[in-house]
Amino acid sequence: MTTTTLAVLVPLLPFLGAVAGLLLGRTAPGYVRPVAVLPTLTSLVLSVLVAADQGGGRAVDAATELTPTGSVPVELALHIDGFAALVAVLVAVVAGCVQIYSTGYLRDDPRYPSYAALVSLFTAAMLLVVYSGDLIVLLVGWEVMGICSYFLVGHYWETPEARAASLKAFLVTKLGDVPFLIGLFALGTAAGSFRITEILATVASGALPHPTVTALLLLAGVAGKSAQFPLHTWLPDAMAGPTPVSALIHAATMVAAGVYVVARLLPVFQASTAAMTVLAVMAAVTMAGAALAALAQDDIKRVLAYSTISQLGYMTGALAVADRGAAVFHLLSHGAFKALLFLAAGVVIHASGTNSLAAMSRMSHLRDRVPDAYWTMTVALLALAAIPPFSGFFSKESVLGAAEHVASGHTGHAPGAAGWTVLVAGLVTALLTGAYAMRLWLRAFHGQGAEAPDHGRQPLVMNAVLWVLAVPSLALGGFAFRHLPAWFDGRDLAPTLTTSVLGTGLALAGGVITYGAWRHTAARAARTPLGAVAAHPQADAGLVEAEAVAGHTPAYGSISFAPDPADPGRLLLGPLHRHAAAGFHLDAVYAALFVRPIRGGASLVRFLDREVVETYVRGAGAAPRLLGAAVRRAQTGNVQTYVSALLAGTVVLAVAAVLRATGA
Amino acid sequence: MSIAAAGPGFLSPTGVEIAFLLVGLVTFGAALVTVTTRQLVHAALWLVVALGGLAVEYLLLTAEFIAWVQVLIYIGSVVVLILFGLMLTKAPIGRSPDADSGNRGVALAVAVAAAVALVWVVVDAFRTTWIDLDGTVAGSTKVTGESLFRNWVLPFEALSVLLLAALVGAIVLSRRAKADTAARTPQAQGDRSTGRSTDRSAKDAKDTKEGSR
Amino acid sequence: MHLAYPAVLSALLFCTGLYGVLARRNAILVLMSVELMLNAVNLNLVAFDVWLSRTAAETLHSGQALTLFTIAIAAAEIGIGLAIVLAVHRNRGTADIDRLRDAAESPDDSDDGPDSDAAGARAAEKAEVTA
Repeated sequence: MTTTTLAVLVPLLPFLGAVAGLLLGRTAPGYVRPVAVLPTLTSLVLSVLVAADQGGGRAVDAATELTPTGSVPVELALHIDGFAALVAVLVAVVAGCVQIYSTGYLRDDPRYPSYAALVSLFTAAMLLVVYSGDLIVLLVGWEVMGICSYFLVGHYWETPEARAASLKAFLVTKLGDVPFLIGLFALGTAAGSFRITEILATVASGALPHPTVTALLLLAGVAGKSAQFPLHTWLPDAMAGPTPVSALIHAATMVAAGVYVVARLLPVFQASTAAMTVLAVMAAVTMAGAALAALAQDDIKRVLAYSTISQLGYMTGALAVADRGAAVFHLLSHGAFKALLFLAAGVVIHASGTNSLAAMSRMSHLRDRVPDAYWTMTVALLALAAIPPFSGFFSKESVLGAAEHVASGHTGHAPGAAGWTVLVAGLVTALLTGAYAMRLWLRAFHGQGAEAPDHGRQPLVMNAVLWVLAVPSLALGGFAFRHLPAWFDGRDLAPTLTTSVLGTGLALAGGVITYGAWRHTAARAARTPLGAVAAHPQADAGLVEAEAVAGHTPAYGSISFAPDPADPGRLLLGPLHRHAAAGFHLDAVYAALFVRPIRGGASLVRFLDREVVETYVRGAGAAPRLLGAAVRRAQTGNVQTYVSALLAGTVVLAVAAVLRATGA
Repeated sequence: MSIAAAGPGFLSPTGVEIAFLLVGLVTFGAALVTVTTRQLVHAALWLVVALGGLAVEYLLLTAEFIAWVQVLIYIGSVVVLILFGLMLTKAPIGRSPDADSGNRGVALAVAVAAAVALVWVVVDAFRTTWIDLDGTVAGSTKVTGESLFRNWVLPFEALSVLLLAALVGAIVLSRRAKADTAARTPQAQGDRSTGRSTDRSAKDAKDTKEGSR
Repeated sequence: MHLAYPAVLSALLFCTGLYGVLARRNAILVLMSVELMLNAVNLNLVAFDVWLSRTAAETLHSGQALTLFTIAIAAAEIGIGLAIVLAVHRNRGTADIDRLRDAAESPDDSDDGPDSDAAGARAAEKAEVTA
């Protein structure tokens, strides 16, 4: 088989798996698990083969036009370069892990068939985005992911949190998708084609009419999908979905799609200095703000969600300094360790029966209950904090190195201000990342108090997946940074001394400070009893998590926050803690800016409909009714009255006829 | 007016005309009393006067046979039947205050309007038409019998069948009512004696229907 | 004799009967008024027959024949009519035309509410009466 055929099969197989899963879900429940897992694993193998075939050499391009589509042709096109090949492998790996993990995690869930089918569809859509060489085809995958995320985040639709979160995810990403679509049209009309290669050629020849506007429009869609400030608010709330979905969305697919598209279309952004500056500012605000927010969250998954936003900020920062090699490198390593973090967090939530760090910090021996999750999570947190030699270190250093490269005056392809912004924000965030990773680790696994409940061993598939993902988290960076430049643009990704020392030192400093604060505050935990666990701690992991998410607000007063004086984050952030826990009140701002005017408009429309329009409708009904009542009065049942009326009419008619006949 | 001049004028009536007019006035007056009197039995008796007056009018129009048939059938049987009906429905003897319904005003208006229209049209159409009553009698028994049994035999026989059917129908209706009454008599008696409301009577009627099914 | 005399008398008698039919309350009085109307028609038929039998050479005397038929039919009508009135009187205890109003909605239907309530009430009432 040629590389093209293999590449076509990669997104096609999960799609067929999704269709088969939806069709077989009710009739043949026994086949649902193989139908969910096998196509994804097969496409993992195929994507590895594609990557091996491509080998970082010349990009594979293939296109076929299904039907004429008017002025600008839409083609089914493949464009596989080193980025696409490697990102596809990452997507397939994470999707395969998630599918396997889900068979254990949602073992007893009655909606597992539709869930697995949607995950397959999601995977297929992401692979389509990765391999597509045509922007409209890419958009198809992009939108399919949007709708799948809506369904998957709302998997526990019995809980109001999940319903609200799924709607929010859908609406916020759509808010970004509208400008994105317009940006795509602008690119397509400028180039006369939606093929990425042709668009890049047009950009290279300088024929793009409005580069800044186009780039900013595209940026809106990317910010929505990749959860960048100010459209990131859907991501923490999306934690109401099942943990494997969080892993899939946050590690490999949806949020990665935005970064990947910018990497693909980077020359378009480079054509506009303003766009690059906006990108850099957006990245800086996102990474630092999200890291602060992560330090204040109580829900373990929300900590991870904010850390995802923060890490995505690194990737966009790398793009802002025009180094897409570093961005995709960080995307790959982040995909591995963040998937691991989420999946391990799922195990921890199942074992402890709560998603609240405050409650976990009052349980001792939790790490003995879930040793696999403990060790793999430690690895992943070290990777997240960018401690050498874990993979996160190398990828993050490549980003910081690229920023330093631009900041130190090599401004040929990116503005120097962007370099400085990204560099400073990246270093601050490195400190914060060390702090919140340390806080998560200490509070989850080093609690003091009553012993954690023992629910027996976690399902084997879940633990096995953790170790599979621990390998790239541990070693991917160290092995890959020498070989990746050959796959990417050829830019050196090796860590530089200055940024390495600075970044690692700051991360270690953050960790140490947090440890000190924790030592200072941990004693208070015993004095403030807190904590609530799910109603059915023995049940299926998915159910435990749904109950934990649903129980957080009633138990602690907020979905993101717990009144826990033993929290080191509270000490570290001081008065900022309250605002950080609420995500810097961005939701409130949105509520004031958009939700309330729309609600006001809706109530106005409702008033108009109920009181004005309906009055006419009622009047239209009441007039015939009154007329009917009047006519009914005439129907007395008295035959004489009827005959009188009849004869009166007859007389009138007769007189009229006579008058007419006599011509009077 | 030229046509009017051809026949005898209205201002010089013949004896037959005067007699017709006088009897007509009596007939019309009796009819008016029939429809306005408050005494039901008197109404029936005044009807006799009106029908008898009409019989005289037939005689004046030389329709002898019809006149005698009128006397025999109408005065002899129809009025007697009506009187029986009045007795059987326990019509009050003497003045009954509610002989006329509330529809009276409308009825008067319609009747007067119809009368004006009809009289106007009839007078306008026939004011010059003259009936020559002299010569052979147009409605003697012989003439009528010949015409009836020469030209109208089939309708005559069909009419006899109709009469038979009516007879049978009247008997059937009366018999059925009698069977119901036998079952209901005590209650009906009670109703009438206490003078219960119409609604109650209607309900009783429904009840009777239900029972008869 | 002028034809106008019997014709006008007939018209007046007819309208008198008409008034009686519309204004009288007792069903038997209404039947009497109907008789008056029929007789008015009879008078018309006789008068026109006499007039036409003088003017036309050959005549069928259809007016007089029809008058006889009308009289016979009137006799049948009064028999049937009285039988019906008697039956009604036995069932309802009244022979008053303006009280026989089953063709109208009953008073509890006349409010503006949906018909189902009233129908239900009537059904209940009916059941109660039957019991």
